[in-house]
Amino acid sequence: MTKKWDATSEHLLRELTPQVLGAVARRFRDFSSAEDAVQEAMIAAFTQWPQQGVPENPRGWLIQVACRRMMDHVRSEIARRDRETTVAAETESLASLPEIEADMDPDDTLILLFMCCHPALTSSSAIALTLRAVGGLTTAEIANAFLVPEATMAQRISRAKQAIKASGAPFRLPSPQERAGRLPAVLHVLYLIFSEGYASSIGSHLQRFDLAREAIRLARNTKTLLPDNAEVAGLLALMLLTDARRAARTGPHEELIPLDKQDRSLWDCVEISEGIDLLTAALSKGSVGLYQLQAAIAAVHDEAERAEETDWPQILALYELLNRVSPSPMVTLNHAIAAAMVHGPVHGLTLLRALDTDPRLASHYRLAAVRAHLLERTGDYEAAIEHYRVAAARTTSIPERNYLMTQAARLAGD
Amino acid sequence: MKYILMMNTMKAGRGVPSWPKKDLQSHITFMMGFNKELHERGELVSAEGLSFPDQAKLVRAGKDGRPITDGVFPESKEFLAGFWIIDVDNPQRAYEIAAKASAAPGPGGVPLNMPIEVRQVMSGPPPDML
Amino acid sequence: MKYILLMSGTGAGVEAYHAWPKQDIEAHMAILHRINKDLTESGEFVATQGLAEPKEAKVVRGEKNGLPVTDGIFPESKEFLLGYWIVDVPTAERAYAIAGRISAASVNMPIEVRQFATRESKS
Repeated sequence: MTKKWDATSEHLLRELTPQVLGAVARRFRDFSSAEDAVQEAMIAAFTQWPQQGVPENPRGWLIQVACRRMMDHVRSEIARRDRETTVAAETESLASLPEIEADMDPDDTLILLFMCCHPALTSSSAIALTLRAVGGLTTAEIANAFLVPEATMAQRISRAKQAIKASGAPFRLPSPQERAGRLPAVLHVLYLIFSEGYASSIGSHLQRFDLAREAIRLARNTKTLLPDNAEVAGLLALMLLTDARRAARTGPHEELIPLDKQDRSLWDCVEISEGIDLLTAALSKGSVGLYQLQAAIAAVHDEAERAEETDWPQILALYELLNRVSPSPMVTLNHAIAAAMVHGPVHGLTLLRALDTDPRLASHYRLAAVRAHLLERTGDYEAAIEHYRVAAARTTSIPERNYLMTQAARLAGD
Repeated sequence: MKYILMMNTMKAGRGVPSWPKKDLQSHITFMMGFNKELHERGELVSAEGLSFPDQAKLVRAGKDGRPITDGVFPESKEFLAGFWIIDVDNPQRAYEIAAKASAAPGPGGVPLNMPIEVRQVMSGPPPDML
Repeated sequence: MKYILLMSGTGAGVEAYHAWPKQDIEAHMAILHRINKDLTESGEFVATQGLAEPKEAKVVRGEKNGLPVTDGIFPESKEFLLGYWIVDVPTAERAYAIAGRISAASVNMPIEVRQFATRESKS
């Protein structure tokens, strides 16, 4: 009995993709070809189900179509390679669907995540492959999200799979020790997807796929697969607590609105509340990882009903901790901002001087932007204007450039 | 017919314009409205801004195949600030669009009258390039 | 990060190119074609375009009454854009390497490399 295609059908297809891929990859022991076959099955479903209805066993349908594609591939490979030898030994008869379904493992999605986020892959190829193989997005959707041609994105995915093949990674779950070492790469990829989505959520007229929502969904799924892992929960919390502010960060003319000026009534309290609950549960486990720390900082901001009520001493303490767990120029920069809020702008400016000699940050626009902001707070308007303008010239973000130019203009007077 | 409209106004080291806030905002709003209108009319293929020329590099191949990069340009050189690619029915429409972009408001709300270079873009690989 | 790679030349330069032996022009086109193919295979290709001869180019300003004023004169010595490549790469160095390859294929003419500004913000 088929079901009508409706608003939930696309979501269903995406959720099924990694399960189907796990089943087929496991059956044929060829992740790369299985991934292509599943993608073809997905596209077939997208084409046929809206007209013919959703099959009674949608997952079984996808598995069967993907298996048929795999058999076609195997046969043409054999024909190509070997016209003389008997092929009986190589050609497996198509196993029955119940057999395949019995072989499926709830860990398959986790296996796929580890595979797609393999350290041998570049970030951009891991992102592309994860979105297709685990996220169930089509190549066209991913290409659109990153504003590159479809052929280019198809190649990124292809190269990702070649890198995996070359690494010899087997289709099985990494051991608990391996997992501890490999999980950061997975979380990093998910975080990059979220970042990309959040950063591009400005231009409303640009119809791009909502990667931030997708990252949240993937992080949720990961949390379901690894329910006791505090960093996974921390990452999901960070995403929710950041995404919660989305509606307030841009004005009617797509101009950027900084945190302290945002209309907090536009913040999503459901996301904030869920983020805080997740974080509280994660922190109670004892270990404090990178994502939990960043989430904690986001939570302190999100808990303040008005900017003036922000608990800056707590944020400062968290940045001090972050500086020890995972020091970086950006952390130092943010730490200086927090220090300035607690101890005054002069103190913040002193901390910034340490970054002038750091080659990674010395000519970065954010250093100039933060300096400008602190100089303004000390009343040194002329220096502030100059640094706002320097920052505006250095940034590659048009909304940031507009914002910084406007700050300079504001200080310069009408 | 596809055209590229190029805004060549930047000079290295000049930095961002230092106009009054009101004029800055008028300019930004104008540009956004301009792009939106082109988009709604189905004439906009793409609109891109480039980062400032201070980061521009000239690249040649070195003897060992590695690129030689050079950040020195003649003082008189004008850099590409941004471009639009439009798809229109005839050249007159392309010039009309370019004229509008040229008249974007600047300091005091006065039209900037920037020169916009209009070049036809090949729809397929052109005989010269590919 | 997206970069645009700009190839510019003068009127005299383009005329000289048109005077190359046919097989040299074809060889040049073949190398550029190969570069584009490689860029697609590496997942870095976004776009490439050749531009029409500058004889057809116009420079437009808005006249006081809003009508366009066009000027189609390009002095022989003035440099104009011949074409461009847009690539999506993780580092500036990779963009320079691609530009170097294009330059090497094109009598070592300098290729200007500029990073795109984005409509995004991490804030």
